[in-house]
Amino acid sequence: MPLGGVLFITIFIGVFGFILIRLARLTGGMAKRSSQAKMDIYECGIPAQERKDTKMSVKFYLTAILFILFDIEVIFMYPWAVNFRNFLASGAGLFVFASMFVFLAIFIFGLWWEIKSKALEWD
Amino acid sequence: MTSMGSTTFEITINLIKLVLVFLMMVQMVPILVWLERRGSAFIQNRFGPNRVGPLGLVQLLADAVKFLTKEDFAPDKANRFMFYASPIFALIPASIAYMAIPMSVPLKLESATYLIQGFEINVGIVFILGVSSLAAYTILMAGWGSGSKYSLMGAMRAAAQIISYELALGLSIVGIILLYGTFNLTEMITAQQGILQFKAFGYTMSNSWLPNWGVFYQPVGMILFFAATFAESNRLPFDLAEGEAELVAGFHTEYGGFKMLMFFIGEYGHMMIASGLMATFFFGGFSIWNLTPQEVYQWFFAHTGSELASNILNTVVHFVSYFIKLAIFLWIFIHVRWTLPRFRYDQLMDLGWKTMLPWALANTMITAAIIFATSYFIL
Repeated sequence: MPLGGVLFITIFIGVFGFILIRLARLTGGMAKRSSQAKMDIYECGIPAQERKDTKMSVKFYLTAILFILFDIEVIFMYPWAVNFRNFLASGAGLFVFASMFVFLAIFIFGLWWEIKSKALEWD
Repeated sequence: MTSMGSTTFEITINLIKLVLVFLMMVQMVPILVWLERRGSAFIQNRFGPNRVGPLGLVQLLADAVKFLTKEDFAPDKANRFMFYASPIFALIPASIAYMAIPMSVPLKLESATYLIQGFEINVGIVFILGVSSLAAYTILMAGWGSGSKYSLMGAMRAAAQIISYELALGLSIVGIILLYGTFNLTEMITAQQGILQFKAFGYTMSNSWLPNWGVFYQPVGMILFFAATFAESNRLPFDLAEGEAELVAGFHTEYGGFKMLMFFIGEYGHMMIASGLMATFFFGGFSIWNLTPQEVYQWFFAHTGSELASNILNTVVHFVSYFIKLAIFLWIFIHVRWTLPRFRYDQLMDLGWKTMLPWALANTMITAAIIFATSYFIL
């Protein structure tokens, strides 16, 4: 099975990367002195702001939710696309074609609604 | 469906091949970095690396030495596991997806046939799209694990951008799937061999020199796919994730030395996947202009008279053909990066959701309608 190959190479790359990082840690060595400023996260001139002080726009979450919705709809089109010619050959073409157009109409209505309700506006 | 092999020897060869493809991908990265820096110097009329060795080629080695001798430390506020694990994870999706792309005709030796690709997967497209989009998780891990504001913002932007363009990317190749009726990349390449022929309503339009490539059937799909892959691999003009003017370096602000190099390998790996898929879907994959592998094989057989030699030469020639196509698309990636300015974030999102998604939908519908009309009304 190719899955065996996938598993093998995943583990191989994991070990490869781990060894490289350990190696770089060995060859890089440690500096004699360390200071608070060095171990701080990056900031330019003012006290550093941490992750927990950071507020993210709600638009990111909205985008993620909308993505899941639309991506599932796109994935539904893959089996249809791959079998479309077989259906045409077997004579069920009109039904399959029309039903996908109904599906696409719902998809487009969803996209239109999303744009109209300003869910995709970034200001 | 080819398995990993039947005998121990074949399995060993196939596993070694996986490692070789991975190392080839990793080895391409320094060359691409050199090309990128020389190319940027060439395009923007300044000096690239030109001091170390001829044409600055030994710069790669100097860079590697410098990366290795950097002190390796994590900031106090970082989540150490995520901070160290994410560069390793960044390598995995890119290389696994790259291995599913066929690079040449299978090599037929006396005992067995070896595929010139990591592994052949029947649902190749779905596998590659699924695996390569796992890169969003690596970026989020890096951004969250660094514990810094800039990293987190860069990671959120990158993730939102990748998932937004995932839709246009996924939809733009539905046309190609409709056309060839398969998910298997090798079958797709076979369908693109030979000479271009449009068959419609009982008429056949043919010519003598244009190849039967997907780009002639799906020009809109090609443009949408290529544009979306730029966003997927976080390259300019879509590199909002590391917009230096606003975020210091995006999700890898806190990274340095070898860990950052591994993110680079991931990014260039995604470029190589994108270029390989462009070649496979729209430009005939490894096949040579107007020629089928059988014709090439027969030409070699007529000239060498040895089956083994012509098989090997056939594979080598097709690999070179694939590599030239890959190099052309990689050069387009580099050229675009040093030519176009960066988008604003709202423009980026508008382009993905309000322009490319409707165009990809229209492309799918029109392709389906044409295939339906040409086959339905003749029957």
